[in-house]
Parts: sequence; C-alpha cells; structure tokens
Amino acid sequence: MSDLLYSEIENDLRASVREVLDDKAPWTAVLAGTEKAEPYDAALWRAVAGQLGCAGLPVPEDLGGAGATWRETAVVMEELGRSTAPVPFLGSAVTATAALLAAGERDLLGRLASGGTIAVLAVPFSTAPGDGTPEVRAADGAVTGEVTSVADGMAAEVFLVPADGGLYAVDAADARRTAVTSLDMTRRLADVAFSGAPARLVAEGPDAVRAALLTGAAMLASEQLGLAERCLDDTVAYVKTRYQFGRPVGSYQGLKHRLADLWTSITQARAVARYAASCVASGALAGGSGGSPPQAGHGHDDTAVAVAVAQAHCSAVAVKAAEECVQMHGGIGFTWEHPAHLFLKRAKADSIALGTPGRHRAALAGLADLPPA
Amino acid sequence: MSTAPPDAEELERRVGEFLAAHDPSAGEPLEFLRARFDAGLAWVHYPEGLGGLGAPRSLQPAVDRAFAEAGAPTNHPERNGIGLGMAAPTILAFGTDEQKRRFLRPLWTGEEVWCQLFSEPGAGSDLAALGTRAVRDGDAWTVNGQKVWTSMAHEARWAILVTRTDPDVPKHRGMTYFVCDMTAPGVEVRPLRQITGEAEFNEVFLTDVRIPDEHRLGEVGQGWQVSTTTLMNERVAIGGARSPREGGMIGVVAALWRDRPELRTPDLHDALLRAWVETEAARLTGERLRQQLTAGQPGPEGSGAKLAFAKINQEVSGLELELLGEDGLRYDDWTMRRPAEVDFTRRSPGYRYLRAKGNSIEGGTSEILRNIIAERVLGLPGEIRVDKDVPWKDLPK
Repeated sequence: MSDLLYSEIENDLRASVREVLDDKAPWTAVLAGTEKAEPYDAALWRAVAGQLGCAGLPVPEDLGGAGATWRETAVVMEELGRSTAPVPFLGSAVTATAALLAAGERDLLGRLASGGTIAVLAVPFSTAPGDGTPEVRAADGAVTGEVTSVADGMAAEVFLVPADGGLYAVDAADARRTAVTSLDMTRRLADVAFSGAPARLVAEGPDAVRAALLTGAAMLASEQLGLAERCLDDTVAYVKTRYQFGRPVGSYQGLKHRLADLWTSITQARAVARYAASCVASGALAGGSGGSPPQAGHGHDDTAVAVAVAQAHCSAVAVKAAEECVQMHGGIGFTWEHPAHLFLKRAKADSIALGTPGRHRAALAGLADLPPA
Repeated sequence: MSTAPPDAEELERRVGEFLAAHDPSAGEPLEFLRARFDAGLAWVHYPEGLGGLGAPRSLQPAVDRAFAEAGAPTNHPERNGIGLGMAAPTILAFGTDEQKRRFLRPLWTGEEVWCQLFSEPGAGSDLAALGTRAVRDGDAWTVNGQKVWTSMAHEARWAILVTRTDPDVPKHRGMTYFVCDMTAPGVEVRPLRQITGEAEFNEVFLTDVRIPDEHRLGEVGQGWQVSTTTLMNERVAIGGARSPREGGMIGVVAALWRDRPELRTPDLHDALLRAWVETEAARLTGERLRQQLTAGQPGPEGSGAKLAFAKINQEVSGLELELLGEDGLRYDDWTMRRPAEVDFTRRSPGYRYLRAKGNSIEGGTSEILRNIIAERVLGLPGEIRVDKDVPWKDLPK
C-alpha cells in the first residue's frame, strides 16, 4: 500500500510555501487582484515557481528540475488551494509539465521547470481524462482551430495544442486570445483561436494529453483538499466568536454536527488525494483496464481508479466546504468584503474542471466493472 | 528476568522457543493458551506475570501472526470482545494485584467470557445518569436495577458493572464500578429481541445481587473515571482490520449488480457508483489511520471512521433492497436466533438493511460522535449541561 502520510521534507516544503503565500497572497490581495487587468499575480508566480523552485518538483534534475515527485507537487497544490492564489501553477507546473514529461520533450520542459516560461494545455478546463479535445487541424507546421475556456490562457506564453492526434507547441503570440469573464476570477479562462499559427510537434498520439489530464486531475484533488481545509478552519474560527442569542453560534448542534460531518469528509479527502498523488508519483500512467475491480496496492495499475475516486470525492467535499463556509458566516459570508465567495467560486469551478464528479464516477463504471443499466 | 522490554527480534526468538517446547497441534488447547499467557506472549504490552512482557503494543500483530501460522489454538477473541477490549484494560488500570491475578488469565484464554452492564433504559447516551443502585452492607454491596443492550450476557461468567452509590451528589461523582458475577443469585438475563427478529443482546435484571467489596474496581465514587477508561478502549478497538477493495457490504451489492443485469436502472447505477466511491474513500482513510498509528502519529480520524462506517452500511444495504426489487420484499427468518457474533454476509439483504440501523446507535450514537468531533477535535463549545451541579436524585427522570 502506498504511503498516505506526509514526509518531513513535505512538511518543510508546506511551511515554506505557506509562509510565502501568507506574505504575498493574503485574501485581501487575492480579492483585489480579481478586479485588476493582469490575468495572474506575476510577482507571486516568480516567488513560488522560481525562488521556491516549486514548478520543477517532478522534473528530473538533469532537465533543470528538482528531481522530486508529484507527491511534493501535491503538497504545493494543497497550499495554493488554501489561498486561492492566482498563479498558473496547475496549468503550467502540473498539466503542461506532465504532458512534456510524457512526451519526452526536454527543451521547453526545462524552461517550465524554472518557472521562467508559462505553458498551458489548450483544452477547455472542463475536459476530463479520456475526453475528446476540440477539433484543431495541423498541416505544414501550423495549426488552425478554436479552443474555448482555456484555464490561464491569458497567462500562457506557450500553448500545447492537441491537433490531429498529435500535440503541438505554439507561441502564444501567434494565437488570438479573448479574455473570458470567469466564474473563478482567481483562475481566469481565455478563448483561444489559432489560424495557421506556426507549430512544433511535441508528441504523436493521445498518450501525452491523457497523462497530462490524469496528472492534472490527481493534483487538483489536493488543491480541493487544501481549499476545503481552509473553509473549515475559517468557519470553525468564526462560529466560536460569533454570538447570537447570548451564545457562540458554534455551540448549536445545528452547526456543530454539520461541521463534524465536514471534518470527517475532509479526513477522507486527505486519504484519497494522497493515494492519487502516490499513484501518479509512482510513474507509469497506463491506467486500469476493464475486468473485475482493480485491486489497490499495485501502484501504477491503480492510477485511473485512484484519480477518479479522488476527483469524485474531493470535488464534492470542496464545494460542500465552501457552501457551508458561506452559510455559516451568515450575512457577512454573502458579501464581497469577505473571502468566502473566493472559496465558493474556486470550489465550484474546480468541481467542473478536469471532469465533474459525475464524469469521474462514469469512468469508474468502466474501471470497476459496474456497467450502466 | 530481563530488565529492558524485548524488541521484535527478541519476541520472535521467544515465540520460536515457546513453539518448540509446546506442540501447537497436540494436547489440550486450553493448556496451550494458559502456557502462552504464562510465557508473556498473550498480549505482549501487558506487564510480566499478567500475560505480557512490557513490550510495545505495536509488536503484538507479529506475535499473533507467528502463532496463527504455526496453527496454534486460538482464544477466539471474537467471542470475548468486551472482555479483551474493555474489561481487561480497565482491570489492568484500576484493579488490585489480586483482581489482576484472578481475572486476566481466564479472560485471555477465553475460559471466562465477559459482558458489560452499563446502559440502562433511562441512561443511554447519558451513561452518567444511570440509576442501578449499590448499597453498602458490611463487606459486600447489594445491587438493584436494570441494564440493557448487554451482548453475551447469556454466555458471560463476569460483567463489568457501573452503579449509583451516592444519589445525593451530582451524577458524575456518585458512581462506583464493580466486577459482577453473572452466576450470582438475583442476576436474571432475558433476551432482548431486535428489529431483525434475533436477540444478539439482553436485558439484565439485578435484584438484591450481593457483590463482595473485593470485586470493586477503583474507589467508591470513582466509577465515572473507571468507566471512561473502559469507553476509551472501546473507541480504540474501532477502526477495524485492513480491508481489501470491495470488502464489506459494497462487495455484495457490486457482485449482485454484475450478476443480475436485468435489475439495473440508471438511478441505482448512480447510487451504486456514489456508494462505491464513498466506501473506497472510507477504506483509504482507515488505511491512512493505520499508517499514522504505526508511525506513532495517532490522529483523531478514528472518531470519523465509525460515523462514516454507519452511514455507508445503511446506504448500501438500503440500495441492495431496492436493487432486488420484488426479492427485496422477502425476509429469511424472523425467529428469535441467538447469534454469538454479527455476520452481515450470511444473512439475507433484508437482515443487512435492518441490522445496519444499529450501526449508528451501538458504541456511541452518530449524534454523540458528532458532538465529540465538534468539541474535542474542532474545539467548538460544549453542550449546555443543566444537570452538572444537580444532585442525581433531583434530576428529572
């Protein structure tokens, strides 16, 4: 069975990331950022990706990375989730990086690992592992087509574009981008159009895209875990100090029992997110096939199941946590001047990102041999 | 006698030595078990002379495995869960030397089964409200009252019993804890029939039962502290064994889904997949909890595990009946059976559905568990206790 705990190194990493985020991304700054023109916080990105070296964690040292694994990246994702930090980490340091690792690409990978370049996979953010991608044509070293709702599309310097069965790198300057007013303005979307944009073939076949989406979904579960924990922590702190009818509102069972249930779901979210991270960290991304239910503990064989379970569970937990956070803060939780709406928008967007819970349960139907009616 | 407690290697050596001297496949099983106890290989974390060697508790599973692999006789722990899990640690913590010597050895070997006389018709979640009276009479106590939900009372030789000895002080202060002889005159055990039709447990009527003072555990008036030790050990026991994917109730329903395509509907498919994910999440959480314990980082996650287990069992067993449709209308047997242990898989789906209703009541209701998590883990304010400073006799009943 995989190790589901956190190592000492991982705890140290968490402390360093949290320190930077507490300093550079308090919620007041995150909220202010949602109304600025800049699509992400460039100074924060330089601190997290560059100075702390978080972007290159799963990249081998000889390719410019830190030679760690996706388990450590997952810890960074938890902290970024806690703060709803507006940085293109999931897009560039996770999804695009996973695509390039799977493709065996070296040059661009090194630049992503340093945080010096931002690349994103040009697919709608709602795309689940195994889903089809938008129709983009590739011919004579150029791509043509339109892709909507690309996460961090305005932040990207390079797009990794699935086109005609291959994966192509396209300079963002050669694409036409339209900023989207997004539900979650801490991770903004863009509609992207390519018309004969010069493109370099990075990988043949669908494997790199599939690996990217599967890794992205696994890491997203850790982001959702961190976000849910933040919602619970803030809510528990608030209900202890908010008095109505002469008592802290947190002394009423109507709230206590819901918070106990939420805490229990979060302990489960931690276990499934750690398991998914361990599975992708163990290397191969072949995924399970049909037949009777794949047994846990076989490392890479179980990745597809682990990721689907993690997404189906953690998406729902993060949304529940954010919804309870709004409700239990009462009137102030419904205002723009309180961070609860940042958590709610991120949680709801995350639950659609990389496949809804229902989409992941449908994947399990095949993986666990529980066919539909 | 060694001074330092034995390590894993030393234990392995001692088990090997013991097995060489005591053929596990020949002879009287009880003699084997007694010898194992006397060698300190029963529960290695107990003190020397009381079945242990003062070794770390984490070394016990390896010892049990070694005996099992050698085909050694078992003490059938499943038949004496209350004795092993609750009575023994309480006797160890609060018993006199004489009590430890008298009770622990036959308890561990399974010669003497134990039960628990705690809950009463008027004291369930609020155990400290109990009213079974013990009145001092020279060297003995006279006990009168009624207990309920007593598993194994009909097979038990001894019981752990908590009573009211001083009704004039607030409830937590006037309690005293005893070991009760279940064969004593005045102890009457009646089966308590459940919604499943069977009677796993009993109600126990105590009428002028004489308990010698040397069977008191802890001081007079200290019964609540002693009971707390018992109940904490009950919660340590929860958490359960490692289970494979699709272990437990979900496996039964998943197999039914695969075998009977004609029963499938879209809404039940969705419900099944949700339950499958929930079961897997609970399983991995249990696995993580075990890893935390092994690494010496026990967390509070165990209190959530029982809550989740009850919810899943109830959902999945309900789903199974719906999936069966017409067959879900049938039941296997309403006669009053007296099972020694609960086995979900050997009975009908209707039984599973009904028995699972007990999961959120037995061993702490889900409501009490939520209070415990909210107050002890999240640090939320405790319930308002209107009875805290009121003498027990003045409480509304």
